Parts: sequence; structure tokens; C-alpha cells
Amino acid sequence: MPCTVRIASPLRSYTAGAGAVTARGRTLAEVLASLEERCPGIRFRMIDEQDRIRPHLRLFVNSSEARELTAEVADGDTVHVVCALSGG
Amino acid sequence: MADTLWIGTRKGLFSLRTDRAGRRWKLGGPQFLGHVVHHVVQDPREPRVILLAARTGHLGPTVMRSVDRGRSWREAAAPPAFRKAGDGEDARAVQRVFWLSAGHRSESGTWYAGSSPAGLFRSNDGGERWEPVAGFNDHPMRPKWAAQGTPDGEFLHSILIDPRDPRHLYIAISIGGVFESTDAGTSWTPLNEGCAADFLPDPAVPFGHDPHCVVQHPLEPDRLYQQNHCGIYRLDRPGRRWQRIGEAMPRKVGDVGFPIVLHPTNPDRVWVLPMDGRTVWPRTSIEGRPAVYVTADAGKSWQRLDRGLPRTQAWFTVLRQAMCTDGHPRPGVYFGTTAGEVWASTNGGESWRCIVRHLPEIYSVTHAA
Repeated sequence: MPCTVRIASPLRSYTAGAGAVTARGRTLAEVLASLEERCPGIRFRMIDEQDRIRPHLRLFVNSSEARELTAEVADGDTVHVVCALSGG
Repeated sequence: MADTLWIGTRKGLFSLRTDRAGRRWKLGGPQFLGHVVHHVVQDPREPRVILLAARTGHLGPTVMRSVDRGRSWREAAAPPAFRKAGDGEDARAVQRVFWLSAGHRSESGTWYAGSSPAGLFRSNDGGERWEPVAGFNDHPMRPKWAAQGTPDGEFLHSILIDPRDPRHLYIAISIGGVFESTDAGTSWTPLNEGCAADFLPDPAVPFGHDPHCVVQHPLEPDRLYQQNHCGIYRLDRPGRRWQRIGEAMPRKVGDVGFPIVLHPTNPDRVWVLPMDGRTVWPRTSIEGRPAVYVTADAGKSWQRLDRGLPRTQAWFTVLRQAMCTDGHPRPGVYFGTTAGEVWASTNGGESWRCIVRHLPEIYSVTHAA
């Protein structure tokens, strides 16, 4: 099922500068796998080797924050990849 | 061929290029602006190849690879990562790739990486795909060797490959100690006898030490030096007991610091840059007067080298990867500071001049031919 993934600016080197890309999947894990196929390398910058969302990133399905990659994604949903406001 | 210094900083990668004489330096960059660049290493077997360890404040750690001397870069297809943890196992994730070492000259394309939390990784294809070194990462003693209590995560660094034998490796962990493998990383033993661990209740422990930087002389591989949290040491193999050569430093300077740098051809000549290790461990230039110290007799005596360096109120820190030589027979010596300055000496440290300032906090200064 197609969805839109909105990409935070620190990750746009993987999307040729695009702020949104289309991906497919029924769960966040599937959507990220689809995204990785289109944009190799992007998943590991967001998700660690234990399948945990990295501490300074937040993932939302529409307006709900997803804490696990098992979160469901429906046709037409928007997945937001958000960088937490931190650093200096 | 011009010399290049690669400057890895908390906010990106810079380069300094010069002619042989080192009179003029041209600053290049930034590349990877906003990335934390921990280490930049040229492949001595294939000098057009350079690897870089990077992350950003928000994104996971990775390795970048250049095959054209740093003009363009491509990310590793499989950056260093621990294996997926099984049920009940400690689920470790690489927070930063902290150290890179090119492999043995007989093993083209082989690289090693050290991470925080402490992990050892190997690539056999020039840094494109990385695999965990199970002999260390899954060693039953690893949770004890790599002290889990280090607030910022323990760092694995100083990955040394014996130039006579690709199966003979040393690694160092802050905090954890120095470890040796003679079977290409399958098994490991601690190598810390003689090193102090003043911060532990039992200072005579077999591991748990804090080596800041360990180096092995390429022409005399049985000669190791170590700048430790608790002193400067030398070890002549096959001996196993480190000798505290920092005892010969002036008492009011002490022998705490981060980097230790070898002369390329003279195994008895070593440079260090002492930091203030008193009281609350400020780790800044001692009394605000930075100085490099050199030994010409393998640590029996030390000479202060501060001509051209600030005479007062200079309170910078020089980190473990931020000092190097250029490898020439009469080598230039260079260091970068946490205040974003690079200092250079073209006469073995006799005199110094600042060749660039106003860079971000410097983590790494490495030479590329």
C-alpha cells in the first residue's frame, strides 16, 4: 500500500534532496524497508542494528508517534521522519 | 606530491594542503558540514583511498570512503554494526565509529574500526561492508573488559596490526585496557601489567585501565608506547610489563595527556602533549602554557618544546587523534586543539606556528601523502 514519507532535512542527501518520497508497506518496518530500497543507506541512519529508533529521531504515522516498527500504516498515510530538537 | 592534513572536527571535515616546505597552507572545506568527524585515515597501501568515520547529532554512525584522495565520498554499504542480539542478550548498538586502522600490507582492502560502545569491526573490501569481529565483541569477558560505567560509552581505539604478522593485533579501550590477539582476533588477552589505574580501589587489576592512545613503531614493532590516563609508558615485547617512562617528566607537569606520536624512523623519539590531570581533571594546557614534550632516548628524559606556542592564558585541550607527524625523515609535527586551531612545527617541535584558527572543535589531525 503506498504512503508518503516526509523526510527531515538531515536525511535528504539520501533522497536527492526530496522532502517527501513514496514508499509501500503495511507496517513501519515494511515502509522503511521499501524506503531503503529506493534510498540505500537511509534506514541505518534512522534505525539501529537492534531495530530501535535512534534516540534523536521521532517517527509519526500521520499525527501519532510510533515507538515501534510494528506500527501499522494504511494506504494514503503519511509517515513523518522528524529530527528531535537537540544539539548545538 | 603535496602533503595534506585532514582535520576532523565536531562540525565537519577540513583539509590543509602545502608544498613540501610547509611554508604555506591552504585551507579546504568544509565537507560534511554539521557531521561529527572522529577519524580520517589514508590507506598506506593505496594512497588514493581515504576512510572517514562520521555521524551527526541526530543520525546514526557511518563510514565514508573516497577513492580519489578526498575529492568525492561514498557511504559504506554496510557500516559497522553489532550483530542482532538474541533473547536476553545485551542489545548493543554502535553509537559512534571512533577509530579506523588500515589492515596489514599483505591484506589489500582490509580495514579495522573501533566503536563506542567498545566494538571491533573488520572490512575485507576496502571499507564498503563491515562485519563484527566476534572473537572480541562476543568474548565472554568483554562485558567486564569494557567497563560499562563510562558515562559517554567506552571507546575502542588504537587498533594496531603488527607489520610482521597480520594475525597479531593490539587494541585499546578507554576504559578497559590494552588487549592482544595473536590469531587474527579470534582470542584476546589483557596486556596491562605495570600500568597504573589510580581511579580504581585496587590499582593492580589485570584490566580496567584507561589507555588514551597506544602506538607501535613500524620499523621496530616490538616497541610500544602508551599515553594513559595514569601516565606515559613503554613496552618492549616480548616483555609484558609496561614501564612508566612518564616518571621522568617534570613533576609539576606530570604525565597525563591524550596523544602520543612516533618519529617515523627513530623508535626512541616520541612526542606527547601533557594536559592538566590534577584535582578535577581539567585536561587543559598546564597553567595555560601549552608545551609539547619530546624524548630522544625512549623515555629516559624529556625536553620541553614550546617556542612559538602561547606563553600565557591558552587553555586548550588536544585529543588523542589530534596530533601526528607527516612521516618525512625530518618530520613535521602537527596538532589540533579543541579551540579549533592547528599548530605546526617543521623542525621536529623546536618551534611552532599556528597555521589555521577558528575551526570547530578538532577531534582528529591525520597526515596524507
